[in-house]
Amino acid sequence: MLHYHAFLIKYAEIGIKGKNRGLFELDLVKQIKIALKRCEGTFSVDRTSGRIFVNCKSDYDYDEVVENLSEVFGIVGICPMVILPVEPIDQLRRDVAAFFGEEYPDRNVTFKVHTRRLARNYPEDSMEINAQLGEEILKTYPETKVDVHEPDVMVHLEIRERIYVYSHVIPGPGGLPVGSGGKAMLCLSGGIDSPVAGWMCAKRGLKLDATYFNAPPYTSERALQKVIDLARIVSKYTGPIYLHNINFTEIQLYIYEKCPHDELTIIMRRYMMRIAEAIAKRTDCGALITGESIGQVASQTMRSLAVTNAVCSLPVFRPLIAFDKEDIVTISKKIGTYETSILPYEDCCTIFVAKHPVTKPLLDVIERHEHLLDEKIDEMVERALNTDEIIIVDRDMTRVIKHREDALVEGM
Amino acid sequence: MADREVYLDNSATTRVFPEVVKLMDRIYLEEYGNPSSLHHKGVEAENRIREAKQIFADILKCSTRNIYFTSCGTESDNIALIGGALANRREGKHIITTRIEHPAILETTKFLKEQGFEITYLPVDANGRVRVADVEAEVRPDTILVSIMHTNNEIGALEPIAQIGEAIKRRNPKTLFHVDAVQGFGKAYIYPKRMHIDLLSASGHKIHAPKGVGLLYIGDGVKVRNILFGGGQQNGMRSGTENVAGIAGMALAAKMIYADLDAELDKLYRLKELFLREVTAIEGVHVNGLTGRESAPHVISLSIEGVRAEVLLHALEDKGIYVSAGSACSSNRPHISDTLVAIGTPKEFLDSTIRFSTSVMNTEEDMRYTAEALKELLPMLRKYTRY
Repeated sequence: MLHYHAFLIKYAEIGIKGKNRGLFELDLVKQIKIALKRCEGTFSVDRTSGRIFVNCKSDYDYDEVVENLSEVFGIVGICPMVILPVEPIDQLRRDVAAFFGEEYPDRNVTFKVHTRRLARNYPEDSMEINAQLGEEILKTYPETKVDVHEPDVMVHLEIRERIYVYSHVIPGPGGLPVGSGGKAMLCLSGGIDSPVAGWMCAKRGLKLDATYFNAPPYTSERALQKVIDLARIVSKYTGPIYLHNINFTEIQLYIYEKCPHDELTIIMRRYMMRIAEAIAKRTDCGALITGESIGQVASQTMRSLAVTNAVCSLPVFRPLIAFDKEDIVTISKKIGTYETSILPYEDCCTIFVAKHPVTKPLLDVIERHEHLLDEKIDEMVERALNTDEIIIVDRDMTRVIKHREDALVEGM
Repeated sequence: MADREVYLDNSATTRVFPEVVKLMDRIYLEEYGNPSSLHHKGVEAENRIREAKQIFADILKCSTRNIYFTSCGTESDNIALIGGALANRREGKHIITTRIEHPAILETTKFLKEQGFEITYLPVDANGRVRVADVEAEVRPDTILVSIMHTNNEIGALEPIAQIGEAIKRRNPKTLFHVDAVQGFGKAYIYPKRMHIDLLSASGHKIHAPKGVGLLYIGDGVKVRNILFGGGQQNGMRSGTENVAGIAGMALAAKMIYADLDAELDKLYRLKELFLREVTAIEGVHVNGLTGRESAPHVISLSIEGVRAEVLLHALEDKGIYVSAGSACSSNRPHISDTLVAIGTPKEFLDSTIRFSTSVMNTEEDMRYTAEALKELLPMLRKYTRY
């Protein structure tokens, strides 16, 4: 394989953000640097005239670099490049033909050469360079053809202080760099949907925190471990996630005692949203994220979503709202959460599910029934918020930083 | 989390005896030689193994040449079944076992079935006991192996091993008899020769030795094909450098237990009786299998009406009490227990069965504390039922 000297990083949407462009680029550079830290070798990441280059300053593992870069949100394409000195056209013809031969060993392709001559002092202009290089490639590999309208492959040249040559474009995930859009609170269960929802929002530039509700003894320590494992997989894309582990047992049992059983799930979800929002607000999150999808289960019908939504003042992002389960599973497999999501530990949503839960709840009815909880619910919510155990989850470590009350004191 | 810790999951694994840790520590730090080495360090290590073999030979009343060390009970079972089947396949292809064996047996017989062997699975009675007459009826001229566990891990049924052994040999003297004694070793006197046992498996970590060491007894003249290949250790039966510290540790643990087995059994049966007296007084608590001396001293299986075992397990955990739901040994996955199905447990109890398993380290106080915890928890848990 060719030895590439650098990678050109392509990004799409960042390019159109006007004055904010510089800020977005900085966020992207930061994320690229984080990804490269995991790779063997030394690299520099440089921004010049609307381009981000990763320059490889030592030996490196090509597959490792490409794999890590292709997980960075905001990158649309990764172009491995060969760098040539600014050399006369005759030499350039030979070098580019050799490059082409290495890049396309079977050579049975149509191509087009595209040159950007940023160094204006190069003797031939870009049209002339395109023509000469095309001619040389055709001459060297007679089985190739030029097609200027729909070529199979493009050969790009950028003539700057040196000459950059690239052709392949390895697709990146697209989206926006993590953190460029602020931070949001993901309601993370152990299921298939919520990690995918978190990943999708992170892809749109949000940094993630997460809230998990456990209900011992109805849920086990392994259920929590499963959620930590899921958060860890998502954190490969998003960077460290602060996972808030909330004990929900008391509230759940109280609802069970006081409220009609066919409304258990919906009322429970309203309290989960209230608590998640309270944590979101004290941790500077600008929105909630859930994995809900219309009609997937009784608590996710349009009416149910409306009733759940009514307790929140922050916006609730539901990126999977119109996704079929199959499509969610596909993404979940792609990002690597699926195998963990299907482990059979019970989460607290499924402990007390009525045989026939309401599918068309009315807000005023639900609110009236919630008043049955008036006596104790506020202190219970307060207590639940105090159980907050914060677990920092990163790709290679998990650390419980604060227990319960400490977290509140620190205002984390 | 409660301050008190009551560990009642000894059928899953046990706490290692401090004496065993001390011995192993010494072996790891000072007597760390490879028993195959020619120099002093090697001889020292080899002596540890020789001593261990003698200890087991004395306990099992056999010769040291019958003792082989493995990495766990599962490995012993695999060598016995696969090695026994391969070495004797010219005599026939029929193997008999029961429906309530550990997966180390059941999964291995599935593999053997794929290899062309015919497997008969014997039923058990409502108390988990194999009927000797059933064994006798199934043994044929082409039966090469019968594998029956000594003590069932889920409900503590004791199988009539001696009578079964006799019945097998009466029908076909060539048929090998393997006994999975992972739960029974250290809880009963087992004499292979007298009981017509040709192959016997045991495990270290069930008897207060560490995980990672097991034992396989192979009777004189019993043909077993080795299934691991390598440096030819242990007469080529089990290649691989011996786990010297583990082997010595397991031997010391066994020696300590068998030195005073009667007293220990008395204690375990007393704990069991005390606990059963307390908990059977609670409404809707049913005991699985037999009780008293007809059952294993250390296993107590209860089915509890209206409570899911997993929830109860975690509620007990919150009080510092560690138990199992079904058989923890199999995996983390909730599964339907073969043993509970085989003894005809009603469907509604399959998910409500919990196992308490004691060791000599438990006290009467532990049992009372646990019984009290159940009395307190059951009404509370029953209040919140799912649909």
